[in-house]
Amino acid sequence: MSLWRELARGLRGLINRPAADRDIADEVEQYVDEAAASFEARGLSPEEARRAALRELGSVTAVREQVRAYGWENIVETTLADVGYAARRLRRYPIHALVAALTLALGIGASTAIFSAVNPVLFQPLPYPDPQRLMLIWDGQGGSRLDVTFGTYRELIARNRSFNAMAVMRPMQPTLAGVAEPERLDGEYVSADYFRVLGVRPALGRDFEAADDPPYDPNGPFVAIVSDTLWRRRFNADPTLVGRQILLNDIPVTVIGIMPTGFENVLSPQSEIWSTLRYDPALPFNGREWGHHLRLVARVRPEIDLDRASHELQEIAKAQLPDFERPQWASLQDGFIAHSLQDELTRSVRPALVAIVGAVILLLTIACVNVTNLLLAQGASRRGELSVRTALGASRARIIRQLLAETLLLASIGGALGIVLAHTTVDALVALSPPGLPRSNAIVVDRTVLAFTAGLTTVIGLLVGLLPALNGFRASGPGGAPQQSTRIASGHQLTRRCLVVVQVALALVLLVAAGLLLRSVQRLFAMPPGFDPTERLTMQVQVAGQRFRDAETSHRFFDSVLEAVRQVPGVTAAAFTSQLPLSGDEEAYGVHFESTPPAAAEEDPSAYRYAVSPGYFAAMGIPLRTGRALDSHDGAGAPLVAVINESFARRRLPGLNPIGQRLHIGPNSGPWFTVVGVVGDVTQTSLAVTRSDAVYLTAPQWRFTDNARWLVVRSQADAAALAPAIRRAIAAIDRNQPIIRVATMEERVRASAADRRFALLLFEAFATTALILAAIGTYSLLSGSVTERTREMGVRSALGASRLDIVALVFRQGLTLTGLGIGIGLGGAAVASRALVTLLFGVTRLDSATYAGVATLLLLVSILACAMPAWRAARVRPSVALRFE
Amino acid sequence: MDAPNTDVIQGTLDMLILKTVSLEPMHGFGITRRVEQVSRGVFKVNPGSLLTALNRLERAGWLEAEWRQTANSRRAKYYSLTRAGRKQLEEETSSWSRRASAVARILKAEA
Repeated sequence: MSLWRELARGLRGLINRPAADRDIADEVEQYVDEAAASFEARGLSPEEARRAALRELGSVTAVREQVRAYGWENIVETTLADVGYAARRLRRYPIHALVAALTLALGIGASTAIFSAVNPVLFQPLPYPDPQRLMLIWDGQGGSRLDVTFGTYRELIARNRSFNAMAVMRPMQPTLAGVAEPERLDGEYVSADYFRVLGVRPALGRDFEAADDPPYDPNGPFVAIVSDTLWRRRFNADPTLVGRQILLNDIPVTVIGIMPTGFENVLSPQSEIWSTLRYDPALPFNGREWGHHLRLVARVRPEIDLDRASHELQEIAKAQLPDFERPQWASLQDGFIAHSLQDELTRSVRPALVAIVGAVILLLTIACVNVTNLLLAQGASRRGELSVRTALGASRARIIRQLLAETLLLASIGGALGIVLAHTTVDALVALSPPGLPRSNAIVVDRTVLAFTAGLTTVIGLLVGLLPALNGFRASGPGGAPQQSTRIASGHQLTRRCLVVVQVALALVLLVAAGLLLRSVQRLFAMPPGFDPTERLTMQVQVAGQRFRDAETSHRFFDSVLEAVRQVPGVTAAAFTSQLPLSGDEEAYGVHFESTPPAAAEEDPSAYRYAVSPGYFAAMGIPLRTGRALDSHDGAGAPLVAVINESFARRRLPGLNPIGQRLHIGPNSGPWFTVVGVVGDVTQTSLAVTRSDAVYLTAPQWRFTDNARWLVVRSQADAAALAPAIRRAIAAIDRNQPIIRVATMEERVRASAADRRFALLLFEAFATTALILAAIGTYSLLSGSVTERTREMGVRSALGASRLDIVALVFRQGLTLTGLGIGIGLGGAAVASRALVTLLFGVTRLDSATYAGVATLLLLVSILACAMPAWRAARVRPSVALRFE
Repeated sequence: MDAPNTDVIQGTLDMLILKTVSLEPMHGFGITRRVEQVSRGVFKVNPGSLLTALNRLERAGWLEAEWRQTANSRRAKYYSLTRAGRKQLEEETSSWSRRASAVARILKAEA
């Protein structure tokens, strides 16, 4: 009530100031009249009475002002006056204001965009209740993070005391049949507790229960939970979907629940459907229950901290119990790797993001320094005005407040432009972001981001204004006399020179970082991938449905696809593989040779397993080193044969002829494969990972049937253009089998370095901006200095200095500052490059060529920045200088 | 003024104003005169402080203001106590007497 009155009164005062003023004046006037009347009553003459009354009151105006000064609206009013004055000043120097505002907009815009990108990853907690209690648990075999087996999960469930719940999951890509085209979905097979571990319940229907996850039975019944997006996209948000059956891979599956809007599945962001695992709790050693292919997420009990939970896991791994048998490949001898889910999710991208945040802070600093410099340059013209204002009685605080109002206004304009800039770039940022960036769907310019920008803008407005304000005040200090002369070498030049040095140094740090990344990416792409990526089109072809349950049918389908594709004009070779290099797939098995020399016994046994069609090596351009390639005789009934890569053979079979050696793939109880050939090394996960051991075999000789296979097509020219024809050829065989992830091999090579390329792109953009800003800074300093020293130049040339002498004078000044900045910057870069180490490849962080190149570039740019002012200085004629004042 | 006078004790002006207008609606000068009369000239009210205080008390909702004709037919702003103002006056009065008697006790103890 009272607050409301305050507000209403204040607003009335603001909107109708004259009426409010009149009221106050009337009241004061009436007071004086009454006082005078009272004096008159005591016998004074009317004039004397009035005088006495006024004497008692003091100045009428002062009283009016005193009454008037009460209330919040007055603060608003003076602020508005300050802002109005600031706006007038900015308008008076429009170019200056524009450059300053745009510079700030660049800095603030870049910071805002980067903040919105890193905020969900680095700062925000995961979107679950008590997210800090979620842990991701890996089998720590050989010190690396390996997916756990179902058997391990069962043992942990039974033995742990630190966790409320645990769940495992693996990806699935079911095909959803419907009225329209069949659609391949991304989803997960999960254990029944999955959503309970995350702490999220379906919005409609029910969660999975233990009864939904029995051992596999081809006759079902099968259940699924769908995401809100899938429900809206494919089922028109029809609530009766719960309880209804949908066709997944031609199998009827009952939808039992729908997840809430905005549910974010951080472990597999693109997942839209979930079904239960249906593994066998009897844990047969030769079954999929002992395959390393499950992600394990767990919720720690509230009273237990994460370290203790992790410790208990190690204890369990060490102490094997007779009740829990473990096969040799899941012996847990190296313990577990367990960390908080948040840390695990951001682990791989954190270094890059931290480096990018560092870069944007540098850029922002450079922008602020630049604007400070611009404002200081105005200081000279300001000083006279400030002196006058001080002389007229403006307080120190009032003047500083007014100067800050100006920079705050400038910063606000910059901030507003920056938000626009961030808004337009953030989508591009997401589009360019590496696929490994977690929570990229949570990147938006939201309220948190806007609050961040508002805070940032205020801080910048104050910071940028502080130095010029103090400087201006000092200049207009107690002496008070306006100093108009430009002859006096001014103290603020020193400040400005320091700022230019800072700017050059910071720009150099950014340039070195960009340079190191550029060289890393160049080195990376110079790495041989082990196959020939030119003119190769790849795509994943999948079979789904009851009739492909039979392995024969599946193999026949893929064979006929291959036949059809080879008929497409332009295709020179085509082959299938179960996993494709640089596709993101990682399917590895432990490979054990019959006769491993003792020297090689300790080597990591895991190798990527490729089930390929004959002709795969030729289609991919993978060179055969010895022996023979796999061919069409290596079919279902024929002796089991395998091909391995050369460094694998060298390491595991040192001194032996690999041809004819026998090996197990996976469990030792499996059949022996005989090595018939050795091929070159191929990178599977990334160009930066040189070690990728491989075992190749033919699809019919593998014990499972791969229902999703990669088609590799080699063409004479323009592989990408073949895609439609190949799609048509496959559709002609069966139009219900989805074709996905179409890309040329060259695109995959580029995408495999996406994280470095992303960092490089941002660093290049930031460094270029920094370079330009540093050049502007140097230029504006020199140009201002030449103007201020016009007279000096004139006197010098009158005394016989040649034009060259004067040019040299300007260059000396500019290049001294640049040199100093470069020197400091090199030191800074040597320290700062530590943050980049994980992103570098093939160059050290102190790569001398990069440092030298960058320093030279900066020097050249600053010579350019010196040239204009030097030329102007050289043209100063003595007569001009003498008339200058 | 006939007797030696002092400014109103710091922080008591609001209370004095509220007390004064609690009897009947008054304009600014009326309040000054009444305070000086009742205090027998001990307190002297500064007009600037008074008018500012009136403005503030009105904003706080303790006083209500109304433009009216005075006895000598001049337009004046009359202030009267609101219900909230009456409560405030009671609070301030009791708090004042508590503090005043505490001060008195201390002074006595010292004597």
